[in-house]
Amino acid sequence: MKRIYKLENLDCASCAAKMERAIEKIKGVKEVSVSFMTQRLTIEAADEMFEDIIEMAAKACARIEPDCRIKS
Amino acid sequence: MSKRQKRNLVRILISLILFIAAVVLPAEGITRLLAFLIPYALTGYDILYSALRNIIRGQVFDENFLMSLATVGAFAIGEYPEAVAVMLFYQVGELFQDVAVGKSRKSIASLMDIRPESALVLRDGSEMELSPEEVEVGDTIIVKPGGRVPLDGLIIEGNTTINASVLTGESLPYDSGPGDRVMSGTVNLSGVIKVKVTSEYENSTVARILELVESAASKKARAERFITRFARYYTPCVVITAVLLALIPPLFFSQSLGDWLNRALIFLVVSCPCALVISVPLSFFGGIGGASREGILIKGANYLEALSKTEIVVFDKTGTLTEGSFSVAAVHPEVGTRAQLLELAATAECYSNHPIACSIVEAQGALIDKSRVGEITELSGLGVRASIDDRLVQVGNSRLMEQVGVKWQNCDEPGTIVHIAMDDEYLGHIVISDSIKPDAETAISALRRLGVSKIVMLTGDARKVGEAVGARLKTDETHCELLPDKKVAEVERLLNEKSKRGTLVFVGDGVNDAPVLARADVGIAMGALGSEAAIEAADIVLTDDRPSKIARAILLSRRTVRIVRQNIVFALSVKAAVLILGAMGAANIWLAVFADVGVTVLAIINSMRTLKKSSS
Repeated sequence: MKRIYKLENLDCASCAAKMERAIEKIKGVKEVSVSFMTQRLTIEAADEMFEDIIEMAAKACARIEPDCRIKS
Repeated sequence: MSKRQKRNLVRILISLILFIAAVVLPAEGITRLLAFLIPYALTGYDILYSALRNIIRGQVFDENFLMSLATVGAFAIGEYPEAVAVMLFYQVGELFQDVAVGKSRKSIASLMDIRPESALVLRDGSEMELSPEEVEVGDTIIVKPGGRVPLDGLIIEGNTTINASVLTGESLPYDSGPGDRVMSGTVNLSGVIKVKVTSEYENSTVARILELVESAASKKARAERFITRFARYYTPCVVITAVLLALIPPLFFSQSLGDWLNRALIFLVVSCPCALVISVPLSFFGGIGGASREGILIKGANYLEALSKTEIVVFDKTGTLTEGSFSVAAVHPEVGTRAQLLELAATAECYSNHPIACSIVEAQGALIDKSRVGEITELSGLGVRASIDDRLVQVGNSRLMEQVGVKWQNCDEPGTIVHIAMDDEYLGHIVISDSIKPDAETAISALRRLGVSKIVMLTGDARKVGEAVGARLKTDETHCELLPDKKVAEVERLLNEKSKRGTLVFVGDGVNDAPVLARADVGIAMGALGSEAAIEAADIVLTDDRPSKIARAILLSRRTVRIVRQNIVFALSVKAAVLILGAMGAANIWLAVFADVGVTVLAIINSMRTLKKSSS
């Protein structure tokens, strides 16, 4: 399943790159892209664990930039 | 500027005044320290706070941490004014960067501002305003002058002019009336029209374009990946070098600690790769946005990058270089005049809807006296037999002529030959061909001027037809009578032939060429907004069907890549120079601030050029 989320309060370009790397490492993630310019997270991951993966991704983002939120 | 940005600006200005006051204040010792700490705290409290918070979370090496370390370090060695100034300039730079990124985001968003807000729907005799998503196929919508067409459909009532510039980049409006197709996203200029909706919003032209451009940012270019990889190693390396600089000379070579700490601080200030991390994606994003304004929809920065290296361009003839529709190319009478022959053929074909028949009727114009026509028999695969003015007229291919036993004349002109016979007499023939697009020749010469080394044309058409088009357009290679799978094989052969750095671009009309579009380095579908399969398979979609847009797309991609390169070279060389000078003790903290903030700002300004329209 592939979905696009909006990222709120994504203020720094290198944070976006860090988030991308962190989410890449989550198990079940096939492809991920964090765009600082469009403030968007595009994620493709296994269907059965999708909810959990998104939750983990949100946590990873918050670790890098505490104010950053994932919105669908 | 947003509210937050304005607040930051005020904060910076107040800090600046306090900073100047501290500089001119004739204080000594602890009073002087306090005088500088006040503006420092005011400008830098959020940086210090984030730095602290990030250390607790184990996130070192981020900008906030580095800036805090550099400024605290400057305080430690007694460089109070430098400490405050670094923080101040850093904040000015951040503000500027924020404004610039926000502005470019907005200008790109405005290019994409084609999303219709609502649709005026006529249901059960009453008008209601619905969001475009709620409108169903078959509904009738009303579009008023000045309004945006919210959904794709057919005009059922009203005449108007339509401006489709947001979709095609073509600024000249065109007339439209009942029976014409209208695309969502276009603007209705003059009259009220009623439109029967033919597709749901989700599948409409406008939704497709938006989806395509919005997801383009997720496909990153090699240059972007290089920068993120580079940033991953650059910052830690510079920071570690800074630590070594601060420790080794004073400890082992009994050098002055203050001097070497100062050099280390310069390293810390320069250690942020922001200039690149922001400006490179911004350039690609701007390039894609600027291209979409001209009707060139690029599905990712990686394709933009590949397009800039185009070495071979392969065209699928029909629909790209030629119109993809038939028209009369020549009339060769054996008996009588051209006009007579054409009129006779058109009269015989006037009830047929075969594409060839239609082209003959169209060439004749509206002057067909249908009352002359008696019985008509359509002979599938052969032609048509009609009685006109009580004489038997046969119009068709050579097989039909043979069947009826008329001696026919062969023709050397490329195209489909339609023979005409009356009773047993051969009257002559008409040549029908797929006409070459008016800008096909300029398109090919423009590609050559851009340095494309090979231009190849593939076609499923007959050799005679294909080679004639190839010769006219001066392609390097022409391959005819190819079935779809042979086209893939041809493209694969060319892929092996090209150099390693160059790319192969395939241009198709999106009909039946999905496998080839996918196989090429860059697949371009022309005028393909109507075909979902083509949009899916292509990497670049041209909203109109002019082949000259391809050279334009290559030009835009090269400009974008050039700007990206300029930024990379500029930022890296300035930083390297400052690092070397800093290590030798020849740079001061001011120069370091410029290498960080100044370079970022300049790189952003340079990136913004990708958005500008260039004339050629």
